[in-house]
Amino acid sequence: MKIYRSHILVCHGTNCAMKAPQAIVQALAKALADNRLDNEAKVVETGCFGLCEQGPTVVVFPEGTLYTRVKPEDAAEIVTEHILKGRVVERLVYRAPEQPKAVQTYAESPYFARQVRVVLRNCGVIDPESIDEYIARGGYRGLGKAVTSMTPAKVIEEIGNSKLRGRGGAGFPAGLKWRFASRAQGSPKYVVCNADEGEPGTFKDRLILEGDPHGLLEGMAICGYAIGATKGYVYIRGEYKLSIERLQKAIDDAKATGLLGDGIFGTSFNFDVEIRLGAGAYVCGEETALFESLEGGRGEPRIKPPYPTDFGLFGKPTVINNVETLANVAPIIDNGADWFKSMGTANTPGTKVFTLCGNIVNGGLIEVPMGITLREIIYEMGGGIPDGRRFKMAQTGGTSGGCLPEGMLDVPMDYDTLAAAGTALGSGALLIIDDSHCIVDVARSFARFFVHESCGKCIPCREGTRQILRTLDRIAEGKGVPADLQNLEVLARVMYKTPLCPLGQTAPLPVMTTLKYFRNEYEAHIKNKACPAGVCAAAVD
Amino acid sequence: MADVKVDIRKVDEIIDKYKDKPGPLMPVLQELEREFRYLGPDVLMRVARRLDIPPSKVYGIASFYTLFSLEPKGRYVISICQDAPCHVLGAQAVIKELEKQLGIGMGQTTPDRLFTLEHTSCLGVCGVGPVIEINGEVFGNLTPTQIPAILAKYREKAPAEEVAR
Repeated sequence: MKIYRSHILVCHGTNCAMKAPQAIVQALAKALADNRLDNEAKVVETGCFGLCEQGPTVVVFPEGTLYTRVKPEDAAEIVTEHILKGRVVERLVYRAPEQPKAVQTYAESPYFARQVRVVLRNCGVIDPESIDEYIARGGYRGLGKAVTSMTPAKVIEEIGNSKLRGRGGAGFPAGLKWRFASRAQGSPKYVVCNADEGEPGTFKDRLILEGDPHGLLEGMAICGYAIGATKGYVYIRGEYKLSIERLQKAIDDAKATGLLGDGIFGTSFNFDVEIRLGAGAYVCGEETALFESLEGGRGEPRIKPPYPTDFGLFGKPTVINNVETLANVAPIIDNGADWFKSMGTANTPGTKVFTLCGNIVNGGLIEVPMGITLREIIYEMGGGIPDGRRFKMAQTGGTSGGCLPEGMLDVPMDYDTLAAAGTALGSGALLIIDDSHCIVDVARSFARFFVHESCGKCIPCREGTRQILRTLDRIAEGKGVPADLQNLEVLARVMYKTPLCPLGQTAPLPVMTTLKYFRNEYEAHIKNKACPAGVCAAAVD
Repeated sequence: MADVKVDIRKVDEIIDKYKDKPGPLMPVLQELEREFRYLGPDVLMRVARRLDIPPSKVYGIASFYTLFSLEPKGRYVISICQDAPCHVLGAQAVIKELEKQLGIGMGQTTPDRLFTLEHTSCLGVCGVGPVIEINGEVFGNLTPTQIPAILAKYREKAPAEEVAR
């Protein structure tokens, strides 16, 4: 393998890809050739680095200098100054807001300094299309250890001891799920990866798949070994074109290298992975609806029980885990459960990937230990609220999560404390909303989403979501009556108790939390026919 | 395009590719959608007959998923996200500008069949909202002022792609 003195990493995640990183790569390659440096420095196309709002990002190693908002025209200067003369190009260096000094290395920036990267360990660091780079960073060591030196029962025990909980949103213990499936009667058994990421504000799975597809495959293979499955499916959103492409290449490369397929690591363990595409239905993120879709039906949830570990895909015992959950598996097997438990909180060890969006300076992707507070994420890592505006509320867990006001910014982020606070950690999406927005208007946007995505199978969800939207429309148009708020509360209670799946159960949650914390704004629309934020035009007129 | 000729041999070829796999219906419909850009009644009937699935079930599935279209669309389908993260960053203003520039509303196609405007659920690029997607290409951090240039780019390349077909 050729050794280079410098590596220039160019982010190729979807968020940066729209800003033509290909042109930057070409310009860098040309500038290196022009300066006869192409034997000394290498340009690498990586997955997402996380700082999406500041993209496209370029990181020069070994120094770790972080350049943001790079344009193809800047390539020549980076090469002649930084690579040739060893001088940092100051004008392109990332500057943290309210920090006068430019941050020289990415590790120093507040955005990265507090991150602990387990799931994202390779994202933005390796070429995601190179299995060699993945292996060089310790990749497939966990799988090798599992199949050559551990029994399936021991693997399940290790995952159980790590207290890894499902990162898709529900937080169910992964070890328990695996144990149920391993003990279930029936064969074949399946491993299914839920990559149908559709929760608005969530883009972690997309960027994990784009940045480190082998990390997922290794986790799936370990799960297959543990529960006695030889076939895995990744059900991935049809819209995620780059993820699909890179994952397929990873599958092909792993098979060609003998890390998937028959006789893995020279043992009798066989495991194969196939990609299946979603076709645009949020409800298919619900596990049984996903099975229905994968089997070729309408994505409508099944009645539970039976649970997937007994009656899953094609009616067989199935473990279905989220991308992020499975991406945690190989590091746990490789480093041990105790290492994993040294991070995060007692009940929820490990890290969580959060996606930051809305009115925040550093929109993008971060991975931090469980238990960090919302305030730390927003103000220290996220760089605060842009344009001199003030924080109004944060929605945690995506559109199906609840909203928290300023007074609750110090709540620690983990499954149990957020549930106790009336919201959810969910998928890890954080939508930050500033004081220019009207609560009723934002709540309508949540409600519209659920009307569109309700599958229609059960009445509480199909009708309930429409009634919520109709009521909010009335209030926004200045036609609301005081009884509307009580009716919303009654409807929310019914919807919490009666639908078939979590889609209908959580649909009222975002609206109800805004009503709980910002009731005066609703009342202003109803009683005074006024929109305090000046957004709802009809109410103001 | 209304005038896309559906070659029934091509339909059969796609069905044959998947018919012996478990759960063939979704991959078949997905590839047919990619090929013809919509699923007409003749195509759906053919799928039903060849896979031995009741036509009502095939229609039920084709009409369930957002990525399947039962009617022909424009050459360029502009999908706009208006979920909360894009909404708070100004998706409404982008939609208004698109509607104004194209003279059509959401869910409609321009008379020259060049553009269709439609709603999409979250595209998972929320770090750079508001976002639109045009035939798979994503545009982020949008403001209304950027819209005319984006549309012009597609108007320009349309004739070249027509010849390429």
